[in-house]
Amino acid sequence: MTGAARAAAPLVQLAGLAHSIAGKPVMAIGDWQQTSGDHALVLGPSGSGKTTLINAITGLITPSSGSVHIDGEPMSALPASARDALRRRTIGLVFQTLRLIPALSVRQNLALAQHIAHGKHDAAAIESLIARVGLAHRIDARPRTLSQGEGQRAAIARALITRPRLVVADEPTSALDDANALAMIDLLFETAAATGATLLVATHDTRIQSRFATVLTLRSPARAAA
Amino acid sequence: MTFFGLSFAYLRDRGLNTVLNIALLALAVATLVILLLFARQLETRFDRDAQGIDLVVGAKGSPLQLILSSIYQADVPTGNIPLSSVEVLRENPSVSKVIPLAQGDNFRGYRIVGTEPAYPEHYGATLAEGRLWAKTAEVVIGADVANALGMALGQRFVGSHGMSDDAAAQGHDHAPFIVTGILKPSGSVVDRLILTSIESVWDVHGIAHGDEDDHDHDGDGKPDHAPGEHDHGDEDHDHEDHDHDSDGKQDHAAGEHDHGDEDHDHEAGGQKLDPEVTALLVSYGSPLAAVQLPGFINRQTNLQAAVPAVEITRLLQLVGLGLDAVRALAVLLMLTAGLSIFVALYTALRQREGDMAMLRVIGASRASIFGQMIFEGVALAAAGAILGVLLGHGVIALAAANFRQLTELGLDAAHFEVGEVWIVAGALAIGALAALLPAVRVFRADIADTLTNSR
Repeated sequence: MTGAARAAAPLVQLAGLAHSIAGKPVMAIGDWQQTSGDHALVLGPSGSGKTTLINAITGLITPSSGSVHIDGEPMSALPASARDALRRRTIGLVFQTLRLIPALSVRQNLALAQHIAHGKHDAAAIESLIARVGLAHRIDARPRTLSQGEGQRAAIARALITRPRLVVADEPTSALDDANALAMIDLLFETAAATGATLLVATHDTRIQSRFATVLTLRSPARAAA
Repeated sequence: MTFFGLSFAYLRDRGLNTVLNIALLALAVATLVILLLFARQLETRFDRDAQGIDLVVGAKGSPLQLILSSIYQADVPTGNIPLSSVEVLRENPSVSKVIPLAQGDNFRGYRIVGTEPAYPEHYGATLAEGRLWAKTAEVVIGADVANALGMALGQRFVGSHGMSDDAAAQGHDHAPFIVTGILKPSGSVVDRLILTSIESVWDVHGIAHGDEDDHDHDGDGKPDHAPGEHDHGDEDHDHEDHDHDSDGKQDHAAGEHDHGDEDHDHEAGGQKLDPEVTALLVSYGSPLAAVQLPGFINRQTNLQAAVPAVEITRLLQLVGLGLDAVRALAVLLMLTAGLSIFVALYTALRQREGDMAMLRVIGASRASIFGQMIFEGVALAAAGAILGVLLGHGVIALAAANFRQLTELGLDAAHFEVGEVWIVAGALAIGALAALLPAVRVFRADIADTLTNSR
C-alpha cells in the first residue's frame, strides 16, 4: 500500500455489511464510509447493532456478509494475527467501562499500551498526553482512586498514546450527566485534533448528536427487514 | 511497562496473597532442601568415614553403637577390650590392617583418641604444621579442632573424662597434653579429633605405669585428686588378675568377662587401668576374611565384630523410613502451595478477564498474554523456591551451630547439592502448572464476548 493510495482510501469503508448470529440478523448496515478527519457518530438504540459494528470494524468478529476496509486494508478478509496487527497500528479504543488496569498507575497503563503497540517506551509522550487531558496531578494514581471524569480522561489518553488514525469510542458519555457528557466530547475532539486522529463514536446518547456532522443512524435490523 | 512488569504489578497489587503463597512454597522447598542435605551429607559422611574399614572389633554390646562410636566418633564406646587382641588379629593372614583406638576423654567436646599413625594416614590426613606425636602426652589435632578452639603448636591442655564437654565430668589435671602437630583438613572424622598415642591415653588413666606409688606421689599435692587415687588403688587388683588371666586361653575368656563388668564401673568412676583399647578398625587382606572373621570373633571370643556396611545400611533404613515420611509431607506441602497458587491465579484471572480482553483488543498477541500469566506463576514460584533454599540452608546452619551432634555428623550448611536444582525446578514447574489453566482460559477466550460480558 503506497502513501498515495492510503491517502486516497477512506479511513473506514463498509460494503454491504450485515451480521447474523444463528440465522438471526443482529446488524444490517450496507454501504457506508468515513474519511480521515471526519468525526462520525453511530447513533442507535440498544440492540441496533452498535457493538457488533464496532467489533466488525476492529476485526474482533468476521461479518456474515459484506466487507470492512480500514485505511484501505481489508480488515474482514485478513487472518486473525494480521487483524491484530492492523488494529494495533491504526485503531485506538475507548471502552464504555474504561478498562484501565487497576494494578497499574495511569502512567503505567499508558506505558503498557505504548509497549504493546510499538514495543518502545516514550516517557515524554506519555507525560505530555496526560497533561493534555488534564491529569498531570494524577499521573501516578491508581485507576480505582480516580473519579469517573478522571477515569474517562485516562482512558482517552490511553487510546491516543499509540497515535492511532482512528479512535473508536463505545458509549463514552452515556454514564455522564449533561455537562460532563458535553465536556467529554469536547475533550475527545480536542485531543483527536492534537494527535491527528479521527473519531468514530457509537452511542444511543442523542445529547451529543449535534456535535457531529456525519451521523450513521442504526435501526433494529429486525425492523429494518420488516 | 512490559508484560513482565505487568506480572509484577499484578503480584504487588494482591500483595498479602502473594506473600502468603511465596511463604507456603518457601516452607515446602525449605523442608525438602533440609531433608536432601541431611540425607545426602549423612550418607556421604557415612561412606567416607567407613571407607576401607571392613570390620570393627570391640566389646560386646550393640553393633551399631560400636560402629558409631569407633568409626564416626558419635556415640559412647561399648566397652574396653584387651590390647592383646590387636596382636591376635594382626597375626591373622587374611587381615591387612588393624588400627587400635583408645577413647574415653575429650577436650571441650572434641574427642581425644589414642591410636597409631596409621589412623590419620587411613583418612589421608597429612600434617599442616608440626609433627606427629612421638612421646606420651603429645597430641596432633584435627583441622576443625584447631579452628574451633584456636589452638596452636606447643599449647598445653587438660582433657576431661567422657565423650562430651560436660561440666560434671572429672578432669585429668595431673596429665596435661601438648600440641605437637596440626592436621590439614581431610573432610573426614579426623578433622574433629585430637589424636595421640594409645600410651598417652593409658597414661592419663594411670595404666601401664603399673607403679602406683609413683602415681600417688604425683597426685599427693592435690586434694581433689585423692579420692580418684583411692579408686585407682582398688582397681589395681583387677589389673593384676587380668595379667594373670591373659597367660592361658581358657582362663582369659573368664577373666575377660569379669573384666568387662568391672570396666563399666570404671567408666562411671572415671578411671580404668588395664592396657586396653576401645575398638579396632580392621581392613581385610583377602575376601575370605569377610566370610570367616566376623563369625569367628563373635562366636569364639568375648569380642564383638561389627561390619560397618551392614550396620550403616540398617541405620539408614531406619532413618530412611522417617525421612521418607517427612519427605512425603514436604511433597504434600509443595502440592498444597501449588494448589494455593492455582487458586490465587484463577481467582485473580476471573477479575482480570476484562483486562486481558482489553489488552488483546489494543493489540497484545495471544502468546504475550499467555506468557504473562505463566510468568506470573513462575515468578511467584521462583521467589518461593529461592527463599526456600535460603531458608533450608539457614535452618541447617542454625541447627549445626546449636547442636554439636549435627556438626559431628558433618552437617555443612554451605554445601549445595545437585538435587536442590531439581527441587527448585519442581517448584517452578508447579508455578507454571498452576498458571496454565487460567492462561489457557484466556488463550481460548472470545475477546469480543468477554468485552461485552465482563464488568
